[in-house]
Amino acid sequence: MISTDNGFSAARRLILKGTATVALIGLGGVPFGAIPALAAANDKWPEDAFKQKGEADAIKALYGKTAEPSDKVRLDAPEIAENGAVVPVSVATTLDDVTSISFLVADNPNALAASYQIPPGTLPSVANRLKMAKTSNVTAIVEAGGKLYSATKEVKVTVGGCGG
Amino acid sequence: MTVRRRDFLRISGAAALSGGLPRLARSADTPSVYDLERFGNARILHMTDTHAQLQPVYFREPSVNLGLGEMRGRPPHLVGKAFLDRFGIRPDSADAYAFTFLDFEKSAARFGRLGGFAHLKTLIDRFRNDAGPGRTLLLDGGDLWQGTGQANAMQGADMVEAANLLGIEAMTGHWEFTYGEAALRKNLERFKGEFLAQNVFLTEEAAFNDARAFDPATGRVFKPSIIREIGGYRVAVIGQAFPYVPIAHPKRFTPDWTFGVRDDELQKLVDALRIHDKVDAVLLLSHNGMDVDLKLASRVSGIDVILGGHTHDAVPQPVAVRNAGGVTLVTNAGSNGKFLGVLDLELAKGKVADVRYRLFPVFSELLKPDPGMQALIDRIGEPYAATYAEKIATADRLLYRRGNFDGTMDRLICDALRRELDAEIALSPGFRWGTTVLQDQPVTMNDVLAETAITYPETYVQRMTGSQIKEILEDVCDNLFNADPYYQQGGDMVRAGGMAYICSPAEAAGRRISGLTLDNGRAIEAGKSYKVAGWASVNAQKGTPVWDVLANYLRAGKIGDPRKSGVTLKGVDDNPGLAEQG
Repeated sequence: MISTDNGFSAARRLILKGTATVALIGLGGVPFGAIPALAAANDKWPEDAFKQKGEADAIKALYGKTAEPSDKVRLDAPEIAENGAVVPVSVATTLDDVTSISFLVADNPNALAASYQIPPGTLPSVANRLKMAKTSNVTAIVEAGGKLYSATKEVKVTVGGCGG
Repeated sequence: MTVRRRDFLRISGAAALSGGLPRLARSADTPSVYDLERFGNARILHMTDTHAQLQPVYFREPSVNLGLGEMRGRPPHLVGKAFLDRFGIRPDSADAYAFTFLDFEKSAARFGRLGGFAHLKTLIDRFRNDAGPGRTLLLDGGDLWQGTGQANAMQGADMVEAANLLGIEAMTGHWEFTYGEAALRKNLERFKGEFLAQNVFLTEEAAFNDARAFDPATGRVFKPSIIREIGGYRVAVIGQAFPYVPIAHPKRFTPDWTFGVRDDELQKLVDALRIHDKVDAVLLLSHNGMDVDLKLASRVSGIDVILGGHTHDAVPQPVAVRNAGGVTLVTNAGSNGKFLGVLDLELAKGKVADVRYRLFPVFSELLKPDPGMQALIDRIGEPYAATYAEKIATADRLLYRRGNFDGTMDRLICDALRRELDAEIALSPGFRWGTTVLQDQPVTMNDVLAETAITYPETYVQRMTGSQIKEILEDVCDNLFNADPYYQQGGDMVRAGGMAYICSPAEAAGRRISGLTLDNGRAIEAGKSYKVAGWASVNAQKGTPVWDVLANYLRAGKIGDPRKSGVTLKGVDDNPGLAEQG
């Protein structure tokens, strides 16, 4: 199940997001049957992980292990955010046997922003919007085959203006 | 004029740039400066960042244009003598005047103004005729529609007419977007060329709501590229708009569009043009800025030449960048109509076999203005002429803007903001456009508007704490000096009036600015609040337009004493991008 840091019905958001993705990018192959399956697999809220301040602590609380950087994790995020309140990030991976994907913003008050569980047979591709107060590294964690892989990119949040 | 002609003919610098090939004058009307040996089978003419300057202008190049880390001492981060040495330009020559700030006032009297669309038209037509029919392409890199009072009042419509008469075949954009979608589209309906931008997409919301797009499937708002047949070969031109429009400018102008460098999408586009469309050459018409273009050239393969703009760097020779597919040449063609880039290509099947590039200064006194273009300029300008010609003051010193930290024109604007709006501190954007006024010359309303004409000119006065002021300075400084060009936005440092500070550009973000003091020498305290005036805020403001604030201040004749810059630089003493504070 999906859990986010603000207690919204994230499943509903994913469904809406999924619909938009199908409409916009034409990922017609996503089986809609997967969504009720997702909703059914409602694990308990990882409260402890979302409460951690730092990135390493949050990863440890969520997974109990550390991640290694991998070029098989493709993190797409802007270099400079057009709006820090809604920063579009997405992650896709060529890794097999993906069981979860998580997003962390190192310098947010609480680093863990979202964590998605990926049921078997689901395309391991997630798009999410992050709220960022200031410039920070954004890390995507992919859990695959019981191991953790990561990709990190700095996203700058600027007051704007004064451009050339 | 005779004296000046002699000055021009002694341009040994130009000969050095072209590889020292001897050239002969063809006639008295077409001075040898613009004789160019025939080369190749396709000629690409490139202009960029003219900032709507239809008339010839004075424009002083920067004396501070710092490059740090890998970019230290490398083009475009060279000024003054370091620039002349690097490109083999003779001091005291017309080229030295066009490309550098050295002896600016003395040389301005000798060589006159540069640019002007009637003069550009003459030069462009000449280079086109030399190459022969069907052999040329005229490209504009954007910032064509903004920079004068007239362009601002007409939302760029005047420049569309001039562009059509000039024969611009494709362009991309930056300030064009600040007129908003409706005005932009209205202009593009009348523009005879193509507006290209591979990196502008609908936001997800806009796409969901079926907002207008060139390609609804990808969400691309504009056509990304064109293919033109030249001399039996196929040349692709891709447009790259300024990647940070909604960040550098108020987002309200482009609510439905999202930008970015988007080099992944660019690579796909280049590959498709190469593989499916079987083009023989790929050119990128870019408004990224030169540092971003240099990085992009190392990451994206398959582009032959990047014709660049935005950072207003007049770079006489292309920089060759290696990447996975070979080499990409990166150019930047200056600003304000001062320069015209001529890229001669020897096209072969599937490749560019050879290339020559020249960046010509447009010396208005050497070029007979094209009568048709002059008539167009006069006709469009007629309703504004009397208002804009109003003399407001006399320049008591050389007034210029360009430079990483400060310019005399911006000091004047900061003084105006502080006095007229009764503020302790003034902040003024470090735009790179804005023309130069010589000492003892009149400052007209046209000049005032050439420094200030934007679609969000409203001034503001607000209280800020010392730490907020420092945060703004740090933020803008990082946009200028981040070690990774993709995190830079172009533009120069925000100008600060009524205060001084120390800047260490080579430090990390958040650690570059220190020693903030008020003009009276008292330290600016982090927790204390100060009255700050400014303009060009990305948030909507309601104050008097800055051009009226500046004009009122000048009319009152209150021009203050020339001050030294309030910025002390640290850690860049021997940098070839630093000649004098400015």
